[in-house]
Amino acid sequence: MSILNPFFGRFGGMYVPEVLIPALEELEQTFVQAQQNENFKRELNELLINYAGRPTKLTLCRNLTRGTKTKIYLKREDLLHGGAHKTNQVIGQALLARHMGKTRIIAETGAGQHGVATALICALLGFKCRIYMGKKDAERQRPNVFRMRLMGAEVCEVTSGSCSLKDACNEALRDYAANFNTTHYMIGTAAGPHPFPTIVREFQKVIGEEARAQLQQIEGRDPDAAIACVGGGSNAIGLFTAFLDSKVPLYGVEPAGLGLDSNKHGATLERGTEGIFFGARSLNLQNEDGQIYESYSISAGLDFPSVGPQHAYLQDIGRVKYVGATDNEALEAFVLLSEREGIIPAMESSHALAQAIKMMRENPDKEQILLVNLSGRGDKDIFNVDKILHERGLIAADGSILIDQINPQR
Amino acid sequence: MTAKSLRFQNTFKALRQKNEGAFVPFVTLCDPNLETSVKILHTLCAAGADALELGLPFSDPCADGTVIQAADKRALNSGATTDRCFEAVSRLRADYPDIPISLLVYVNLVTVYGMEKFFEQARVNGVDAVLMADVPCCMLSCGEDFVAAAEAHGIELVLIAPSNASDKIVREIAARSQGYVYALSRYGITGTENVFGRPVAMLKRLKELNSAPALLGFGISTPEHVKIALQCGADGAICGSAIVKIIERNLNNETAMLEELTIFVRNMKAATKGR
Repeated sequence: MSILNPFFGRFGGMYVPEVLIPALEELEQTFVQAQQNENFKRELNELLINYAGRPTKLTLCRNLTRGTKTKIYLKREDLLHGGAHKTNQVIGQALLARHMGKTRIIAETGAGQHGVATALICALLGFKCRIYMGKKDAERQRPNVFRMRLMGAEVCEVTSGSCSLKDACNEALRDYAANFNTTHYMIGTAAGPHPFPTIVREFQKVIGEEARAQLQQIEGRDPDAAIACVGGGSNAIGLFTAFLDSKVPLYGVEPAGLGLDSNKHGATLERGTEGIFFGARSLNLQNEDGQIYESYSISAGLDFPSVGPQHAYLQDIGRVKYVGATDNEALEAFVLLSEREGIIPAMESSHALAQAIKMMRENPDKEQILLVNLSGRGDKDIFNVDKILHERGLIAADGSILIDQINPQR
Repeated sequence: MTAKSLRFQNTFKALRQKNEGAFVPFVTLCDPNLETSVKILHTLCAAGADALELGLPFSDPCADGTVIQAADKRALNSGATTDRCFEAVSRLRADYPDIPISLLVYVNLVTVYGMEKFFEQARVNGVDAVLMADVPCCMLSCGEDFVAAAEAHGIELVLIAPSNASDKIVREIAARSQGYVYALSRYGITGTENVFGRPVAMLKRLKELNSAPALLGFGISTPEHVKIALQCGADGAICGSAIVKIIERNLNNETAMLEELTIFVRNMKAATKGR
C-alpha cells in the first residue's frame, strides 16, 4: 500500500498493471526519503541554482498593457536552462533515479520540451536516455528533436494510434513494463499514476513560491489572478500550489483549438468526462464507451486528451477556474508579446497569456495585477508559426505580420 | 445478487479428471468485424478450446504489443462498441452453453460505460469472468469497489500475477482471484517477440496457497510452449498474439483464416493431453 495518499478527492490512484506496482512503490519510498535527506536537498538546490538558473525573474510587461490599468507580470520560466519549466522537475526525478540505482531513463514528450529537459539531465548525470515522441509532434517541433539527439538521447518517433502525445505515453508505459528494473520512467507532467502527480508538483511548486515572494517584494501584495496554461498540468500546478492556501483567483487555460464547440480542441477539464486513463481517474476526452479521442491543439505541448488528477479535483471543488484559449487567441498572444516586449513565448504559454490579455481588454479601467506563468520560450515554435501565418495570408508583401487579422473573433 | 458462474470451476474439474491442461485462446472481440469475429469464436470452440479469453478493443492498449494493438484498431475501425462486443459473446453463448468465457478489459471501458451496468451486461450476455489489465490489487476496492460490483452480478474477477510479485501480493492474488489466475510468464507486454519465462516458483506458491487454477500467458505461441507451461506447474496456457496473427494474415480470405485457426487450436490443445 502506498505511503502517501494516491488520491485527490476521488481523482488519481495508481491504475497500472500489477507488474508496475513494485516500481511505483520503490519510487514513492525513494521520494519520501529524499524529502527528508539533507544531501539530496543540497544537491537538488545546487543544480537548480547553478545549472538550471533559478530563481527565474519576474518581468513586468512595459508595452503590452499600455492604455489600460492592468499590470501583467511574467514568471520567466522561459529563461530556465532548457527553455521551459520542465527542467525543474527532471533534475529532481533524475536524482531519485540515481538513488534507486537506475541506469536508463525514458520519457514521453509532446512539444519536445520535456524531452529536451530529460536529455540534458541525462547528459549531465550519465543516464542512457530514450524519448518517445509522436511522429506528428516530431514533425511540428523539429528543432527540439535535433536538440535531444544532440544531447545524446535516442528519439523514438511513435507511429501508433494518433501519432501524438498520448501514443508516446502508451509506448513509454510499454517500455517501462518490460524494463523497470534498470529504467526510470520520467513522466513529464503532473499526470499518470501515483506517485507521479505528487512528485512532479513538489518539484514544480518552486515556480509559484518564487513568484509569490517576488511579487510581494515588488508590489507588497498578491496578484488579482494567477494564470497558467494546462495540458497535463505541470506548470499550472507549479504556479498554483503556492496560492492554494490563499483566495487569489487561479485560472488554468486549456487549448480550445478551433473552438470548444468544434471537435477540434484539447479542453479536457471543460469538455471531458470522468474515466480512468494513463494510470489515474481524471477527466478525459472520450466517447460513451470510454474510447479515448484524439485531442487537437496548435500547441503540441497542450495536445493531450486527459489531464492531471489534481486539476480535475481543483475544478471539482471550485478552487481553480479552467477556461479555454483558441488557436487564434494564442497565436495573437504569441505575436503580441514578441512584438511589444521582445519576448517570444512558447505556443503553450501563449494560451495563458491570451487569457491575461482577454482579462485586460475586458476591463481596461480596472486596476489589476495579473501573474502569468511564461512556462517556456517559443524558439521551437518559430518555423511552425511562420508556416501557419504564411498559409493564412497573414504576412504582408514586405514580410511584416498582419497582427490585427490573426484573431478574427476579437 | 446473482449467483456466481461455475463454468470455469466445472471445466477445470473435468480437465483434472481427464489429466489434461487447459488451452485458452485469446482474440480481440469484433476483430476484424462483428460478423467474422462471431465465426472466429465458434471456430475456436469447435477446434477444442477449453475456455475463451476475449479482449474488448481499446483505443490505448498500453499493456499490449503491436499485434493486439493492430487487432484493437481493426475492431474499432469496423465500428466495434462495447454493446456489439457483448452481442458477439451472446451469439457464441447461444451455441456453446458450457464454455467458460472471460473478458480482458482496460478499466476505462468499465468505468465510463458504468461499472454496475458493465458487469450486469457482461453477465446477461454470457460472460463468466472479467480481468482488468490496469487495475492492480491495491486499486480493486479503494476507489470504486470493483469487487463488490462484480460479485453483485455473479461475475468472477480474475487477477493477474506478474512474475515479480512479492509474496504478499501472491498471497493476495491467491486469496482473491476467482475463476483462474492469469500468471505472467515474463515482464513487459503481450506479444511473441520476446522469449517466455518459466515462473516455476510463483506457480508452486500459488498451488501451496490453494489459488484458483493458474493459466500461464505472455509469449506462448507453439505446442512446445504449452507443454513447458504445464511442466512449470501451470494448469493451462493462454495464447493471444500468435492467434491474432493468423487473423491478421488472412484478412482477405475468411475460409483460410478459419481453417488455419482450427489447425492451430487443435495442435495447441493436443499438447495439453497426457501431461
